[in-house]
Amino acid sequence: MNAQERILARIREALKVSAPKPGSHGHGGHGRDVAPAPVFAFQGRPVQVARSWLPPGGSTPQEHLTRFAAASAELKTDFRCVESEAEAHAQLRQIADAEGWARVASHHSPLTDAATTALARPTLFTDGGYVPDDLEVCDVGITTCDVLVAQTGSLVVNSRTSGGRALSVLPPHHVVLARKDQLLGDLTDAFQRIEQLHGTHWPSMISLVTGPSRTGDIERILVLGAHGPKKLTVLMW
Amino acid sequence: MSNAAQQFLEAAGTITRNLRHRGLIQTALRKYEVARDRKKSAFNDWSAARQSAAETKWDAINHLDTYLTEFTSKIEARGTKVHWCPTGPEARDTIRGIIKDAKAKCVVKSKAMTAEEIHLNEALEKDGFEVVESDLGEFIVQLRKEPPYHIVFPAMHLTRDEISDLFERELGSAPTREPEELTMIARRALRKKYIQADVGITGANFAIAETGMVSITENEGNARLTSALPRIMVTLLGIEKILPKLEDLALFLPLLATAGSGQTVTGYNTLYGGPRQPGESDGPIEWHVVLLDNRRTELLADPEQRDALHCIRCGACLNVCPIFRNVGGHTYGTTYSGPVGSVITPHLRGVQEWKHLSNASSLCGACTEACPVKIDLHHHLLQNRRNAVGDSPSWIERLAWRAHAFAVNTPALYQFGQEVARIVEPLRLRLQGTPLDPVKSWTRTRDLPPVAPESFKEWWRNRR
Repeated sequence: MNAQERILARIREALKVSAPKPGSHGHGGHGRDVAPAPVFAFQGRPVQVARSWLPPGGSTPQEHLTRFAAASAELKTDFRCVESEAEAHAQLRQIADAEGWARVASHHSPLTDAATTALARPTLFTDGGYVPDDLEVCDVGITTCDVLVAQTGSLVVNSRTSGGRALSVLPPHHVVLARKDQLLGDLTDAFQRIEQLHGTHWPSMISLVTGPSRTGDIERILVLGAHGPKKLTVLMW
Repeated sequence: MSNAAQQFLEAAGTITRNLRHRGLIQTALRKYEVARDRKKSAFNDWSAARQSAAETKWDAINHLDTYLTEFTSKIEARGTKVHWCPTGPEARDTIRGIIKDAKAKCVVKSKAMTAEEIHLNEALEKDGFEVVESDLGEFIVQLRKEPPYHIVFPAMHLTRDEISDLFERELGSAPTREPEELTMIARRALRKKYIQADVGITGANFAIAETGMVSITENEGNARLTSALPRIMVTLLGIEKILPKLEDLALFLPLLATAGSGQTVTGYNTLYGGPRQPGESDGPIEWHVVLLDNRRTELLADPEQRDALHCIRCGACLNVCPIFRNVGGHTYGTTYSGPVGSVITPHLRGVQEWKHLSNASSLCGACTEACPVKIDLHHHLLQNRRNAVGDSPSWIERLAWRAHAFAVNTPALYQFGQEVARIVEPLRLRLQGTPLDPVKSWTRTRDLPPVAPESFKEWWRNRR
């Protein structure tokens, strides 16, 4: 018997005796001989039910926007909702000048190609592979995303269509370009959309990014830019 | 008394008198409490969400064989190698083998309590590999050559000045009092390591059966980098990490972050489904997922305490525990400290050696109340006490209880005892606390209740 079979056999042996269901605490929990009575019934998939108990994400696109903006402010994400792609590019140029970007990193996609063209600075594209040291010296990583989540102020990148695993964490500034219709209410919506987008052919990594990189490991004092980007900018139109 | 119990008592005795330590822990945990309460109040119904999480984990753990099989077949289909390891040493040897085969020199690691559990770093360092912890807190305690103080906040017991001194000594940096500058010192030191490292080792928070993915929760981005740049990735996780469906994360990510650190969700919650896939620009070319049993199946075989495997390692029970807040994390001498550590350690490492942890509790139930997956922690501590006594009863205790039972069942003897107690009382009061006191270990910190001048029976008789 190999290790897998051995562990599975131990599990099956252990599960021959059933355990009390959650919520039956204090109902015969003390004596080993007393069978604890289950006091709840599963109501379909618990998470479908649980959705209404979680922090709300809003129900209209306008509510989603308001919530996403509020969450971003709290997370110290620089969220800018603009009127058009042209305006987004103008904002991007403004940030580039203010921070003095010398080298930009990005990946090929309609949104990012238009943006990097508008920026007109030396650009490293990660598609098809790159040298990590070259990416490390870039001032910014510009990516697209799959969805944005109003409930949590998060956005989702993946390793296939957002430029790989490192582009969104190695440079000190991560800029995300997004369309308004990518903004969803809550995490349940987001996971459903992710499944629709990738369910038949999963990328090797999918990351829910919520604010710039952070740590509180020293005296519980918040510091941004622990290992990942110090700044996160979301440009949406 | 076991060695571990002796060490616990000595360490607890020292640390509870340390006012500096007390101040630090209380400040840190007060900040945690404020943040957690604020995030809890954002839930429409926190207690219903907990119940739902408990049910989901119940489903996962009570069908563990099915879900693990599903997880394995899905994740292997994308080119991941899954290793099943019944014991800690087997897991250690598996990982050592992977690293040797890769002819690696430098290993970068993101936070993994399971790696602490199997003492992975020591083993790898003994083999001559350089192992670098990348989580800031873990990096700090690694430099100090000590285990993490807390499963979520590893360096909670240190001040910025101590960390500055440490960095000055070990990394040659300039002293500073700014947490931001200290963080940047670590950032610079570790950036090079991510790029140099051949192997990245991570832990995991959840394993999704439905899609064959591992979910890693973090704030710093160190796990993201650990799994992006090295050419080989190793993920070590306990078999209990399973969740049935991808959408379950919509509940578990907010629950873990709220209970663990007072955030809606943490900075990065990342799903890994395989090594670099065709057409992707980076990521490891090999990914090894190491599934660890290490006596978890023994806990599974105890239906009464099986729900301890629901634990998502958020640390909430540590943060609210009056014992943890007084004795701190290192006193326990275990990988998992606090209430959940006291519950599971006797199962994982031996009941008789670790039964004292069940008594390191006031049974106030704050842990049970705080647990986001509703593990019945304080009752499990009671059950552990009962089991420890049942396994190895002490003859003196048995004799004492038998004598007690006989006395209280024999009215004449009981009354005689009362008379004696009343006569002896003045002498006992005189002896209390002196070396001649027979129950000194009890009365040193407590008062024995005085013997009543008359019994209830006498009182009743006199008033008729």
